[in-house]
Amino acid sequence: MVAILKREFRAYFQSPLGYVFIAAVYFFSGYYFFTYNLYGATTNMSRLYELLFPVVLFLIPVLTMRLMSEDKRLKTDQLLLTSPVPRLGIAMGKYGAAVAVYLIAISSTLLQAVVLAFFAAPHWPTILGNFVGLFLLGSTLIAICMALSALTESQVIAAVAGFVVSLFLMLVDALALVVSSSFLQALFRNLSFNDRYTPFTLGIFELPNVVFFLSISALFILLTWALLDRQRWS
Amino acid sequence: MIHVQGLTKRYGDKLALDNVCFDVRPGEVLGLLGLNGAGKSTAMNILTGYIGATSGTVVIDGHDIADDPLAAKAVIGYLPEQLAFYGDMRVREYLDFVCDLKRVREGRREHVASICTRVGIDRMTDRLVRNLSRGYRQRLGFAQALLGNPKVVILDEPTAGLDPSQIVEIRKLVRALGKSSTVIMSSHVLSEIQAICTRIIVLHQGRVLADDTPENLGRSAQGAHRMIARIQGRPERVEAALSRAPGITQVRLLEQRESDAFDYAIEGVRDRDVRADLFRALARADLPLLSTGGVESSLEQVFLQLVAGR
Repeated sequence: MVAILKREFRAYFQSPLGYVFIAAVYFFSGYYFFTYNLYGATTNMSRLYELLFPVVLFLIPVLTMRLMSEDKRLKTDQLLLTSPVPRLGIAMGKYGAAVAVYLIAISSTLLQAVVLAFFAAPHWPTILGNFVGLFLLGSTLIAICMALSALTESQVIAAVAGFVVSLFLMLVDALALVVSSSFLQALFRNLSFNDRYTPFTLGIFELPNVVFFLSISALFILLTWALLDRQRWS
Repeated sequence: MIHVQGLTKRYGDKLALDNVCFDVRPGEVLGLLGLNGAGKSTAMNILTGYIGATSGTVVIDGHDIADDPLAAKAVIGYLPEQLAFYGDMRVREYLDFVCDLKRVREGRREHVASICTRVGIDRMTDRLVRNLSRGYRQRLGFAQALLGNPKVVILDEPTAGLDPSQIVEIRKLVRALGKSSTVIMSSHVLSEIQAICTRIIVLHQGRVLADDTPENLGRSAQGAHRMIARIQGRPERVEAALSRAPGITQVRLLEQRESDAFDYAIEGVRDRDVRADLFRALARADLPLLSTGGVESSLEQVFLQLVAGR
């Protein structure tokens, strides 16, 4: 698993992908930091984290589109699958590499908090809670998009499928309002990432929300493993 | 070392492998011979755990590839037919990565260096993999298969797409490999299999048509064992003596070669060594046997006969 994590992490920076992803997150977080914190003269970073929700949803499919699909297209999966490495380890290694790049990207928000600390005292527990929320949101979406990438050999299809899922996750709150069935309303509300993420931005650290993101991540990592393992039995 | 029992693989309606059984002993160099689509790559993909079988078992060094895949894969080095590398890595990085996958830790630097020298890529270790020529990529494929000194090396069409000089070098490599590991290689090039392997399995439409040494395959496909013998003595005495020999079915006079010696084409019954019958019959008649020569068919003929027979 560690070998695959190292290889995938390095691969992000041997192509423009890792740099572009980090630059894009830095750009948006920098822009929101300037407009809401520096220009608005406040140490409250909750608005910045709130606005990063759609940014993360749209950038993560780009980060994960090649994770599994490229190996299938290039047939490099043959090396991985014939090596003495558990298939779950392959999925975990790739997931870990994408999460590490994501962590580097969102760490910009912590740097911005440090900058604020030179001028005023930010409320660190709230900022850290927000950061954990953003991390959990992103790592969950990475798990979902990695599973989508394992379904296809095409990076483009993997990215488009990721965008569709992201769009669904943004619209799912609105869907709960327009359907009449109480079952569907409950389903859409329970699927809402926004409802689970918003408490973090308000400075509320609720364990069920943490468990929600962790369990969805675990579910999709296992699904990726199952998709890798399917080849043995299909 | 390798035990394959009742191996069957279906792709939808297509039967890619049909109840394939064979064993490979330690140190054997086994050739899987067959036309394109015969099932060679499917068999190798199952042996290496890349895909699963529909039914049947594969046991590598005592480990079932389905039940204990990690232990089985740990003793296998695999060179797939379609070589795929991470082009953005340098040769050294790539081999380090494979060492990580195979958990080669102790003496890694020396081990990698010795394998690079062995396969002839020691001067290429700083090159990006994507910039290597086809021949060097093939050598890199060999190098990654040999990392960790695997007990079993599986080579799928190892010389495909190489130029003649590269083919000669790769053949030398495989022969040398056979001294330290059990080797299975596939090819549809008959001369290659004949030159390298100690045993051949002929696959056709997913079935095993033959399983023998290259020499025996050549003989068995004749239908009856044939040979050319030069015998001293009058032809009528020779023919009379050989007509009483139990295993000889036909004697045909070819031509006179020496002052009192003639060449004869002698044919024996199927699956019987005609040489012993010939010697005894001539000894009884006091007719000196001056020389003998085989009329073995080429492996190409054998292969075409076997395939046509189906």
